[in-house]
Amino acid sequence: MPTHSAKRQTSLLALGLLLGFCACAPSPSPTNPVPAVTIVNKGSDTMVNLALAWAEAYHAARPSVNLSVTGGGSGTGIAALVNRTVDLANASRAIKPEERAEAESRGVDSIEHVVARDAIAVIVHRDNPVQQLTLQQISDIYSGKINRWSEVGGLDKPIVRLSRETNSGTHVYFLEQVLRLGNPDDRTLFAADTLLLPSSEGITTELGYNENAIGYDGLGYVTDAVRVLAIARSSQGPYTRPSAETVNNDTYPISRDLYMYSAGQAEGEILAYLQWILSPEGQAIVADLGFVPVGG
Amino acid sequence: MRTRRWSRSAYLEFAITQTIRVAGYSAVVFVFAIFAFLLAEGAPALREVPLRDLLGSRWYPIEGFYGLIPILLGTLLVTLGAALIAVPLGIATAVFIAEVAPRGLRETLKPLVEILAGLPSVLLGFLGITLLAPQLYAFLGLSTGLTAFTGALLLGWIAIPTIVSVAEDSLDAVPRTYREAALALGATRWQIIWRVTLPAARSGVLVAVMLGIGRGLGETMAVMMVTGNAAVLPTTLGSLFRPVRTMTATIAAEMGEVANGSVHYHTLFLIGIVLFLISWLVNLAAASVVFRIRTRAERVLS
Repeated sequence: MPTHSAKRQTSLLALGLLLGFCACAPSPSPTNPVPAVTIVNKGSDTMVNLALAWAEAYHAARPSVNLSVTGGGSGTGIAALVNRTVDLANASRAIKPEERAEAESRGVDSIEHVVARDAIAVIVHRDNPVQQLTLQQISDIYSGKINRWSEVGGLDKPIVRLSRETNSGTHVYFLEQVLRLGNPDDRTLFAADTLLLPSSEGITTELGYNENAIGYDGLGYVTDAVRVLAIARSSQGPYTRPSAETVNNDTYPISRDLYMYSAGQAEGEILAYLQWILSPEGQAIVADLGFVPVGG
Repeated sequence: MRTRRWSRSAYLEFAITQTIRVAGYSAVVFVFAIFAFLLAEGAPALREVPLRDLLGSRWYPIEGFYGLIPILLGTLLVTLGAALIAVPLGIATAVFIAEVAPRGLRETLKPLVEILAGLPSVLLGFLGITLLAPQLYAFLGLSTGLTAFTGALLLGWIAIPTIVSVAEDSLDAVPRTYREAALALGATRWQIIWRVTLPAARSGVLVAVMLGIGRGLGETMAVMMVTGNAAVLPTTLGSLFRPVRTMTATIAAEMGEVANGSVHYHTLFLIGIVLFLISWLVNLAAASVVFRIRTRAERVLS
């Protein structure tokens, strides 16, 4: 589980590396014995710390490969890939059909690589007696159909709904996959009184003292101060808690793949980098940062 | 020799005068430039979003709901609450420091208040989210500690040092002779404060209040952290103890991810225009009161 200071440190280090690359990248002198390769990597803010950690470790192992990592959001990364300004786009969602069409119209064949997974944990106060919920119940809670904990087997107290801000990819994922249960024609919205907190930190702080509250967060942000609920797709069960195992065998229902997209089949140094990311070494970093390794 | 020196100093004087003039005008130019920019970016929203939608009660821009009323009322609720807390407390503190406190206490209180005024609001927001909100939740039995009231308390706390600092300065500027004259007429200390010093410093105190309210209106970070940011229409007095969403927090939270030139982008600038107009109105109201006081004072003196 990453602490915030560790994360900050990682990104600072990587930023330093990045500045170093910027300084040396434009001058590939022929006298240089090992020609430097620069892989430009951009996209999802959810993944930016992960991508920085990968870049840092990879550069340490192979100094001839330079990596430049920036965030900006999944859409920004994919747009940059289509414009051929990056080698790899990070995305916390799959590429949209219209984005794929746009890419193809410009002669870019976007190839998808699942590089990690992210489980979204539904969390409540530690003393909340509710242990498990179905997806339908969570949807009804967040859309405002269920307003008291007693309706889902808890105490007779009001439910305080906590969510991330609308600019968060996690918010949009939760809206589409949980509130609307993955149905694209569903127009269900978050209840108007849902608290929109600007950070994951805000959600865990509020859940630390508020027995009425329910929230959701990436598994990497969940602390021992809160209770993680077991979730089921239907009332028949099975109810499962988020973990690397339940995400990878698809029994935990609220998880998403994290992607890197390359323009055309990856080859050369880019392919080597992707292979390293999927290697045990690369996936160990995934687990360190609180995400779910793929295939593990 | 002499004439050359003269011309050089005249040249210097001209340059200094012009620099000061440009600096003075630049403030005016900047205000107009900012407003023009806000208008250019925000006005398209009026065309793109029907007025009926803008006056709606739901703010959820990622699904095309652009109702400004809940966040407008949320801002007013939090700011008014903060003003109700900060204005009496701030003026009372200023009076205490300027008129009542013994010299030693005064010399310690004044710099302390000034330090308080300089604290970054994100720090206070952090205290609000970790200390104030849980305490209010427990003591008042609220469903959550992140409410308009929490925001108003915190904003009041942020506005008080500004009010104290400016109001104390203007109380301090009231000539000693006023107080001595009142004392000679047999006025008590309270009568001097209430009937002589405060009225004499009224315009400065009013500016202090205005600056305090302005600080509250524009405060973003702390408010975003403690008010819960739920865009509920505050309809009753009980809404004070429920989450609200303010305009500043909305802009801060959503500007980062919004696509340049989209309807959502334009609407956020429209919120900026509304905020600009509100703070302009606050200024105008204060200025007109100050002006009225001054003309009356001139009439009395003539």
